[in-house]
Amino acid sequence: MKEVVNCECGHVNPHGTILCESCGRVLDDAQKDSKMIDMRYEGSARRSQTYNKSIIDKIWNFFSSVKVGVSLIVILLIASSVGTIFPQEQYIPPTELPKVFYEKEYGFSGKLYYLLGFHNLYSSWWYLICIAMLGTSLLIASIDRVVPLYRSLKKQKIARHEGFLKKQRLFGITSTDKQASDFEEIKKSLESRRYKVKEENGNILAEKGRFSRWGPYVNHAGLIIFLIGGMLRFLPGMYVDEVLWLREGEMKEIPGTEGQYALKNNQFKVEVYDKEEDQTFSAAIDKVGTIVKNYQADVTLYEKEGNTLPGEDAKFQKIKDHSIKVNVPLKHDHFAFYQVDYKLDELSEMTFNLMNKSTKETFGTITISLDDPKTMYKLQNGYSVELMSYFPDFEFDENQEPVTKSPVPNNPAFIFNMKTPDKPEGEVSFVAIQQTLEPLGENTYKMAFAGVDTRNVTALTVRKDLTLWIFFVGGGIFMIGVIQGAYWNHRRIWIQRKDGEIWLAGHTNKNWHGLKRDISMVLEGTNITEPKDQLEAKEVGEKEK
Amino acid sequence: MAELSGNLLYASFVLYLVGTFFFGGAIKDKKGETEKKQNKWAIIAIGLTILGFVAQVGYFITRWLASGHAPVSNLFEFTTFFGMMLIAAFILIYFIYKTPALGLFALPIALLIIAYASMFPREISPLIPALQSDWLHIHVTTAAAGQAVLSISFVAAILYLIKSVDQSKRNKKTFWLEVIMFTMVATLAFVIITSTFSALDYKANFTWMNKYNKEDVFEYHLPALIGPHEGVLLTEGKMKPFVEMPAIIDANKANTVVWSLFSGLILYGLLRLIFRRRVAAIFKPLVKNVNLDLVDEISYRSILIGFPIFTLGALIFAMIWAQIAWTRFWGWDPKEVWALITWLFYAAFLHLRLSRGWHGEKSAWLAVVGFAIIMFNLIVVNLILAGLHSYA
Repeated sequence: MKEVVNCECGHVNPHGTILCESCGRVLDDAQKDSKMIDMRYEGSARRSQTYNKSIIDKIWNFFSSVKVGVSLIVILLIASSVGTIFPQEQYIPPTELPKVFYEKEYGFSGKLYYLLGFHNLYSSWWYLICIAMLGTSLLIASIDRVVPLYRSLKKQKIARHEGFLKKQRLFGITSTDKQASDFEEIKKSLESRRYKVKEENGNILAEKGRFSRWGPYVNHAGLIIFLIGGMLRFLPGMYVDEVLWLREGEMKEIPGTEGQYALKNNQFKVEVYDKEEDQTFSAAIDKVGTIVKNYQADVTLYEKEGNTLPGEDAKFQKIKDHSIKVNVPLKHDHFAFYQVDYKLDELSEMTFNLMNKSTKETFGTITISLDDPKTMYKLQNGYSVELMSYFPDFEFDENQEPVTKSPVPNNPAFIFNMKTPDKPEGEVSFVAIQQTLEPLGENTYKMAFAGVDTRNVTALTVRKDLTLWIFFVGGGIFMIGVIQGAYWNHRRIWIQRKDGEIWLAGHTNKNWHGLKRDISMVLEGTNITEPKDQLEAKEVGEKEK
Repeated sequence: MAELSGNLLYASFVLYLVGTFFFGGAIKDKKGETEKKQNKWAIIAIGLTILGFVAQVGYFITRWLASGHAPVSNLFEFTTFFGMMLIAAFILIYFIYKTPALGLFALPIALLIIAYASMFPREISPLIPALQSDWLHIHVTTAAAGQAVLSISFVAAILYLIKSVDQSKRNKKTFWLEVIMFTMVATLAFVIITSTFSALDYKANFTWMNKYNKEDVFEYHLPALIGPHEGVLLTEGKMKPFVEMPAIIDANKANTVVWSLFSGLILYGLLRLIFRRRVAAIFKPLVKNVNLDLVDEISYRSILIGFPIFTLGALIFAMIWAQIAWTRFWGWDPKEVWALITWLFYAAFLHLRLSRGWHGEKSAWLAVVGFAIIMFNLIVVNLILAGLHSYA
């Protein structure tokens, strides 16, 4: 059988109720002797305050406690601040090894920071567990309070029990016997202050802003939705985060789109502010030298046409041209492309002349595309150059052998075999920037450097985030809830007639100054005295002791 | 236009300063004792404050016109705007509660903030690509407004603590209250020292070895008490440093901090010598008529008003813009994290207040911590913790 508490007024309250939901009579013995009653959650029967037997009760009670919630907030707050002492791993230069970087930059404390894992603090298991616990606390604490609070506020009667009125913070008695006309005035005045006035047997309950009581629960719901959004990110297909380096003139499939889209970089440029043009800024420009005005990649987006068989070249159809700038990403079909990085003047082509070292006579010019070099360059009159090896990003390894660090032409080097009528077997020459080696003995001919062509490269972040709307909804609901709870107050005024006396009590969940001002304005010109603030009276009393 | 803008800012500064004295007069006047009726002093004081605010809005608009963007794009502009919002928040709260004593403390704090702001470079600079967005105006102004309203709770808390902390015996409370007082005195000292040496056009150049063992240069604008690692003074006739810092520490910044602390200590010591009392005790007679419950409520109310504005500006608008400019709405950049910390702190404050009954003095100390976090985010995060937000 379900336990219940019967009140003298006839209302049946759920087990654990402190103040009768209907008349407000104190049902809990512990509160009977106190001077003022605890009005939090209307003295309703909260599960966490009523049951503490099973393991579920214990877990429920743990998470519904505000003390636990606040502790979790404080732990997260301190942990978060620790994560800002040194930069997180994602912000250190990409070429640096974290293991080396933190010690090199910040000494011993940096090393310790790395060893404790604080360089990845926000994705550490313990940080995520704290967030998950806070989320659980938000959910359980809200349910524990909102359900009984809703019952209590819904069932409240107009005429309250004496004890309930007496033990309100604002309470006063006026002894008089003919105040009937005042009541009408007071009612009107309350209504003009947008109170909802209910009357029953000459007793008044004036109430306003009850909906503000739901504010905390609405904003907690928003936060829970927000956190759910964070979890959904880990579902496959919801989130794409790729980087695309694209040279001028180059067209590439966009990573993360499964080959559906391709992007072409038509031009990339960096613009700086001009002192002459922008006179207002000349002092600031002088101070730092140059200030960048714009990073811009002019691109064309293509979409694949139809299905292609493996091995078959895909056909692409142009969708749109766009100038991607910082703050102006290109958006299409849940994807967004952002300007994030760039490289100016990357080498694209190198030109050489085949030259007789002693006579300086040349026998033709070859132009090597650094992305797609040919293996043989034929010249006229029986001259030709074979490209035996190509190192786009050349360095010597530990055995003094030429190798390439990357496929990017940062420091190109070539091994040529120059075939000429007088040396039909060819002469081998190793050519790098400002460096020529002749590994197989002295040559007659050389590849004389004749010029380079460059182009700019843009780096774009490719982003798809199907969880964004959830965060947006969660954030929106949070804002509504927090405004609802912060900018409105739940005020109640009870006026009752008891044996030739008029009893007046007032309660608000916050902003007592506002409630007192309301009451004093309502009572102005009537014979009813303003109620006393029993909390202030108590404090004064304590000080005098 | 830029010159007019500077003059308007100067005018507002002077008006706030004069306003402070009138607020002082307002609480001395016997008629001001009851809250409901304002005396003449108070009316003049709030009038001057509003006039000063109008002048500062004038500064804001003219500078906007001159530069073509809202002047909230570097530390000088942001901090000045924060001071302006603090005044706006004070005016709002004043019209709700009509307490001149609040003005007596809010105005000097705003003055300190504006003076501190003007220690940073004041040239009108163009917007770098990352800042070229309408969200600059929306996000930064709302975040600053939120922080300013939250800061009013600190002002009220100071009033509360000056009145409630018992000055007759020395204890933890008097100590921490003096720490707050000293921080403000040291800020004032920093402003005085920096502007003095800047008026003298003091410059001393050093070469030094940085942490990568490469030669680097420093330009000191204050005489070097603290020198850089293996520093060599290049400018003739300037002071040589007493101590040398290891390469890992920015000696130039450390020197400024040491100067502020030392001159702050001297100024604070002078105050103690002249008045023969703790600094907080000097102010105590000024808050004689303050109603503690009312001040506590002002402190709580301003957090209630400021919290949603702060959330909107410093978190929600910030996330929307970060998604547009930085490809993700949240990236654990130090400024973002400290905005989150501020938010978590005030959330904890509200829960403690609602459910655990932290009222009065406890709540006042919390409001002080909250303001310390806001200042930390404004000063330390920008100047020391490098990140995406370090523009100035």
